[in-house]
Order: sequence, then C-alpha cells, then structure tokens
Amino acid sequence: MSFKLRLKSPRWVIYILIFIALLFVPRVLSIHDLMLFQYGLTFAIVALGFNLLLGYTGLLSFGHGAYFAAGAYSVAMIAKYLPEAYSIEILIPSALFFSLILSVIFGFVCVRHTRIFFSILALSLSMLLYALLFKLYHITGGSDGLRVPLPTMLGITFKGMRRPEFLSGTYYYFLLGMFTTSFLVMKGIVSSPFGKALQAIRDNEVRAELIGIRVKRFRFYAFIISGMFTGLGGALWTFVNGHVTADLSHWVFSGEIVYMTLLGGFGTFEGPIIGAMIFTYLKLYAMGNTQYWMFVIGGTLIVLVLLLPNGVAGAFSILWNKIKKKSS
Amino acid sequence: MLTIEKLKKHFGFVKAVDNVDLEIKQGEIVSIIGTNGAGKTTLVNLISGYLRPDSGRIIFFDRDITYASPYTRIKMGIGRSFQLIQLFGGITVLDNVRIALFSKYGMIRRGLFPADRYSFVTEEAIQILNDFNIGDKRELTPKGLSEGDLKILDIAIAFALKSKLLLLDEPTSGVATSDKFKVMDSIVSAIKKEGISTLIIEHDMDIVSGYSDRVIVMNEGRIMAEGRPEEVMENKEVKATVFGIMG
Amino acid sequence: MWIVYTLNGLYFAALLFLISLGLNIILGVMGILNLAHGSLYAIGAFIAAWFIIVIGMKVPQIFLYFILLSGLVLAGIVGFLIEKSLIRFMYKRTLEYQLLLTFGALMLLEDVIKMIWGGQAYYASAPFDLLGKVNLFGNVYPAYFLFVMLITLIAGILIWLFMSKTKLGIMLRAISLDREMATGLGLDIDRLSTFAFVLGAGLAGFAGALVVPTTPALLGFGHEPLILAFIVVVVGGLGSLKGALVGSLIVGFTRSFGIAIFPEIELPLLFLIAGIILVVRPQGLFGR
Repeated sequence: MSFKLRLKSPRWVIYILIFIALLFVPRVLSIHDLMLFQYGLTFAIVALGFNLLLGYTGLLSFGHGAYFAAGAYSVAMIAKYLPEAYSIEILIPSALFFSLILSVIFGFVCVRHTRIFFSILALSLSMLLYALLFKLYHITGGSDGLRVPLPTMLGITFKGMRRPEFLSGTYYYFLLGMFTTSFLVMKGIVSSPFGKALQAIRDNEVRAELIGIRVKRFRFYAFIISGMFTGLGGALWTFVNGHVTADLSHWVFSGEIVYMTLLGGFGTFEGPIIGAMIFTYLKLYAMGNTQYWMFVIGGTLIVLVLLLPNGVAGAFSILWNKIKKKSS
Repeated sequence: MLTIEKLKKHFGFVKAVDNVDLEIKQGEIVSIIGTNGAGKTTLVNLISGYLRPDSGRIIFFDRDITYASPYTRIKMGIGRSFQLIQLFGGITVLDNVRIALFSKYGMIRRGLFPADRYSFVTEEAIQILNDFNIGDKRELTPKGLSEGDLKILDIAIAFALKSKLLLLDEPTSGVATSDKFKVMDSIVSAIKKEGISTLIIEHDMDIVSGYSDRVIVMNEGRIMAEGRPEEVMENKEVKATVFGIMG
Repeated sequence: MWIVYTLNGLYFAALLFLISLGLNIILGVMGILNLAHGSLYAIGAFIAAWFIIVIGMKVPQIFLYFILLSGLVLAGIVGFLIEKSLIRFMYKRTLEYQLLLTFGALMLLEDVIKMIWGGQAYYASAPFDLLGKVNLFGNVYPAYFLFVMLITLIAGILIWLFMSKTKLGIMLRAISLDREMATGLGLDIDRLSTFAFVLGAGLAGFAGALVVPTTPALLGFGHEPLILAFIVVVVGGLGSLKGALVGSLIVGFTRSFGIAIFPEIELPLLFLIAGIILVVRPQGLFGR
C-alpha cells in the first residue's frame, strides 16, 4: 500500500542526510557561527511548536513569547534559587512543566475565542507575564534580567569552561538530540489522528464538531503542546544566550516568532524550521551592520508579506512543482 | 427505528412543524417534499438536535432523544449533511473520511503515531470512497473536485460515521442536472449496501420518485400526504399545492 | 484624595478612549487590527514635542495648545501613506498576513522615529506648566489634566455627531456592520477605508500629542498605551464604539485606583478584571 512506501520516500532520505550533515556542523563552522546556528536550532524548536497552532490548528498567537519566557525563566530561577538542582536533567523537565502550567492557564482563556480575538488575548496575556517579570524585579531581575551559568549535565560539571567552548562541545550534540526528538515527536503529532483532527478543525470547525470532535478541547490540547515546545526552545536557548530578560515575554518578541514561522512558510512542516534559521542570521546580520535593524527586519517582513505569501518553503515547493511539470 | 410523535415547533405565529407523526423503518429511504417554508428543514433540525421542539417526542432505537444534544445524537448514529457543502478543504479526500472513521472508533485523540499506522482505518476509508465511486480521487484535496463529487464526499463523511440514520438536506442542490443521477446512484448504492435508513429533503421530483421507498409531503408544518412515490404523485391535493407552485 | 483618584481615572480613560476609538474604527471598518497604532501615537508625541521645543518660545503661549494638533495631522498623514502603500493590498488576505504587515509597519516606524528624532528624550512640558494647578475641594490638581479631559470630551462628541449625523459617518458604520451589504449598496469602500484609517491614525497621534506635555517622548513610547488599548478593545467588544468608551473608563479607573492602592500589581489587577469580564461575557461588553 502507498502508506507503507511513504516511510521509504525521498523525504525521509533527505531528513537522514541532513541529520548526518548536522553532526558535522561544529567541525565546519567558526565558534561565532556555530553559536548563531544554535540560536537557530532553539528557535526551530519554538517554530515547530508555534506552527502546530498556526499552520495546523489555524490559531495565530501573538503571545508565544510568554511560554518561551516560562521555559527560559524556569532555568534562570533554578540557577538563582536552587543551585543544587541546576543540572540539565532537572532543568528540561521543569521548563516543560512550567510552560505546561502557564499554557494551561492562558490557553484556558484563549481557546474560547478564534481569529483576531484569540490573537489579542494571547498577546495581552503574554504582556501580563511581561509586567510581572518586569515589576517583581527583586525576584526576577526586572529589565536587567538574570544571568544563566553553565549547567551540569549527567553529573559532569563545566566549571571554569568558557561558554563558547561549552557550546561547541557536548551542548551542541545535546541540542541536536533535543531538536531531532522534537522534530520526530512533532512529525508524529501532525500526522497522527489527533493532528488530522486539528487540521479538520482549522478547515471547518462546524463540520469537525459534527463528526464528533470536541473542537474547543482539541484546540486547548494543541495550545498546550505548542506552549510546551516553545518552553523547551526557551530553556535550550537560555544556555546559548547566558542571560534572560523580561523582554522575552514582550509581544514584540512574540511577533518575531510569528515572523520566522511565516518567513519559512506555515503551510509546510519544515518551513518554520527553515524560517527560524534564516531569521536568526538575518536579525544578527542586520543588528551587526546597522543600528536600524528593526527597519531592515520590518522592511523585509513587509516585502515578504506582499511578494512571498507562502514563505520560503512555499516558494520552493511551487518552483519544484513547476520544474517537475516541465520535465515530465 | 425512528419514531416521531406529535412533534411541534412554532416560531412566533409561524407553525414550522405542527403535530407531525412519522416513523422510519430500518433500511428505508424516505423523501420529504414540500414548498419552501413547509417545515422540511425545521423537521430535520429537530431530529438532528439543532432545534428543540416545543412539544412532542422523538424516539430513536427505543431511547427518547427529544432533548439530547447534537453530540449525543451523532454518537448514537444520526448523521446529516447540509445544503451547503461542509468539508475539510486543506486535507486530502482520504483524510476527510479517515477523520470521521477515527472519530467513530474513539481513536481521534491518539497523537503519537501517524494515522497511516492504523491500516484498517485507511482500508475502510478507501472502501467507502470506492463504494461512493470517488476512490480514484482520494489523494486530491477537495479543491480539485467537481461540485457533484464534493456533494458525494460530504455524504461519504456522514456515512463513514456509521450512522444508522442519515439526514440528507438537498443532496443534489448545486449539482449540474446531467450529473444529478450519477451522484444519487453513488450515494444510494452505498447506503443500500449497508442498509442505512435515510431521510432526504429534495426538490427534484425525478430524484424523489427514482430513489425513495416512501414520500412524505409537507405543507405549512403538517404532513398532508404520505405513500409510495407514484401514489403521492397522483394525489390531487398534492398536485394542486406542491406541483402547482413548483411548476 | 478620592477626588484626585477619580479625576486621574477620568484622565487615563480620556487618553485611552482616543487611542482605542481609533483602533476600533479601523478594526470595525477595515477588519484589520493595527499593531502599528502605538507607533502612530508615538509619532504624534514626538512631532508635538519637537514643535514645542523648537518654536514654543517664539510664539504666543496660547498657540502652544494649537501645536498639539500637529500630532493629529502628522499621524494622519503617515496613516494615509501606510494605507495607500501597504494596507490597500491586504483586504483580501488572511488575518495572519494583515497582522504581520502591520507588525512590519510597526518595526519600520519605530526605526524611522529613531532616525528622525534620535534616541534621546524630548521634554515639552510648557503646555502643562503654563496652566498651573487648580484647587478642587481642597485638593491641588493640575489644570492640564482637566484640559485634556475637556478636549477629549469635545472630540468624543464630535466623533459621535459625525458617526450618527453625517452621511460619511453613517456609511462608515454601515461598512462595519456588514461589509458585503455595503458593497452591494454601492459604497466606495476603498475611499471610506482610507478615510477610516486616517481618522484612526490621527486620533492616536492626537492622544500622543496630548500626553507629551506630561511625560517626555522616548523610544518605545507607544508600547504600553497600545497594550492598554487592546485591553479596552477586548473588554468593550471588537469594533464597538460604545465598547471603547466603557472599556476606557473601566481600564482608566482600574489603573488610577490600582496605582493608588496596590501599586505593585496594578497591571495584573487590570488583567484580572478584564479576565473576569471575558469569562462572563466572552465577546466583550458590547461585542456582537
């Protein structure tokens, strides 16, 4: 049957080749570029989670920075208040846990709505977290934020090591492992019956309810899963960045998550990953070359929206189909 | 299997459904005809739970479902299609049907393994699509389908839920006249194969007489005539009120 | 003190009303949530501050208050340009793209402000200082705040008259009620949309100009008002003008009394109240 063949399809061959190539990235890139690459990988996890909501469920959240911040701050707060528990094996589950809690609370309010109302609510709620992180500065460090030291990993300490060394060694492979796991889990989710149900809800809410899908509950589940992926990305990002601030929960940061997802194209599974990578380089490049980087990013965004509505991945797949048609 | 007793629904002064008694037997295909505003769609809405009656009872397989929620009724086996096609436009035809099947089997929450793993569901979905004569289009999205095929798919989804009773609201509206019989052939052959009871709202008399076991004529919320198609067509009262207006 | 808190609440509400009214007109008529609304507010603030600093000393004092109108004018012009060059192409696009486009416009405008006015703060308190303070039932209160309330009241009445009595206003309301029907009636939706956007932008810019005598204009000036305006819109109901008024009053008073009584959790308190309202009425107070 055709579905047995799909596992052996060229798509999976490409995935495996890319994975093998990723194993050798630290040998090829300079330390600076490798760090950028790792920013990209963490955002790729975020974009995967974000796209479950946008691309597959049809809900545009302008407040995903909140779950990113939840993941990032769980790491930073444990570093500050519970240093004896500061090891990756504890940090990752607790980041997942706190982003779960936050997305349960916020999601409960948001999923009662759709479209613009949903977007504004998600945005406003993330600003609530921002205000809390900002105002409770004696706990959270406010706008100065908190410093994040290097964690221990399976009992190994990295004391005395500089962050770039840490990042180009063990941590890269750990991050790659987390990314691959996220990729496979998300791939499983979107092609599962549950994932198909989300797409059904996106396409036609009324009919989905009619064939016995509990629409609001499923949206809620999608919101939570999406929030947890985002939180995981946030936690992993923290180790790369070494510093967290309240701005992570600001809606402008959430806007950047939306941007990278659209840049790659939310109509495809891989698009947001590509978008996260391109966005990371674009932003750092713009920031490195001009003080008006927002102008560059905003301008690119506008051009993109007007000219490339399906994102980079979408444009490629259209091009690919054209080539295929011509050659056949 | 479905028994309706003295069902009543008024909207202000309009008696949309007024003291209707009706019984549908296992495997029967029943058509409702009548002028616009005769209460056909209201009746279907009452049976599927979208409206609550003022009085009367609806009994489905010995259970009183007069005030049950639409969700409960779907789970009990009352499926319906709408006048306007309601499909999932962004996923394949096969997935449109598979989602209904997953929902029916209570597997819709399974979130870790690809839907393809559940091969018996895929096979059943393909079987259904073949029965409805659109099996060859299963990898397309609904955007690539003709109006008639869209109607068929819409009904195939309701059918896939293994409804014991299907309510079809104008299954051939919007379909080109030349395709109407092809569409109805596909639908009726699939329905007959499974012995599902069906209630059809239809305007087109050729379709009504060609495919139904029994015809019910509604007028101003009441049933004015009932019987085999050819009997009803000959009824003078029906001729005057219904066909007179329908031209 | 209660009088002061009440007046402060009215003052916050007045400013929020101008901002959220603009946001709501744009949302109602065009169906687009304008994320760049805060930047238009900031533009109004910067231009007014700049004028007051540059020419404030050379003109008669009364003229300072007319300078505040420059915020309305410039924000209106910028709004016109944005609508004509960008938003024009977005009416048929989906929500994601509409939001992202205005988000792009926001980033662009933030840096344009930075390019023109640089990163420093603009202090323009002359209109505030000149009016001095008044004594209200034993409380000393800045007269400028009363001036802002008065101006907003006038503006609100003008908008209300415009929306309910003039042909243009009635056409705008017709579009926000039912866009398809309005097209069917043969209304020139394109021009009306441009007008709505310019009006909304101008109101935001005017609010910015009114604020600048009390707070120096800084980068990121429009962020907080925008969020508060969002809350107003959510609480009041999408696209409802009445909702903008009532929502502004709720948010304004919550802020004023929140700051006075629980200064640390003033904003969370606001969200709590907004959350309760939404649980009771999910579509907002006056939402359809």
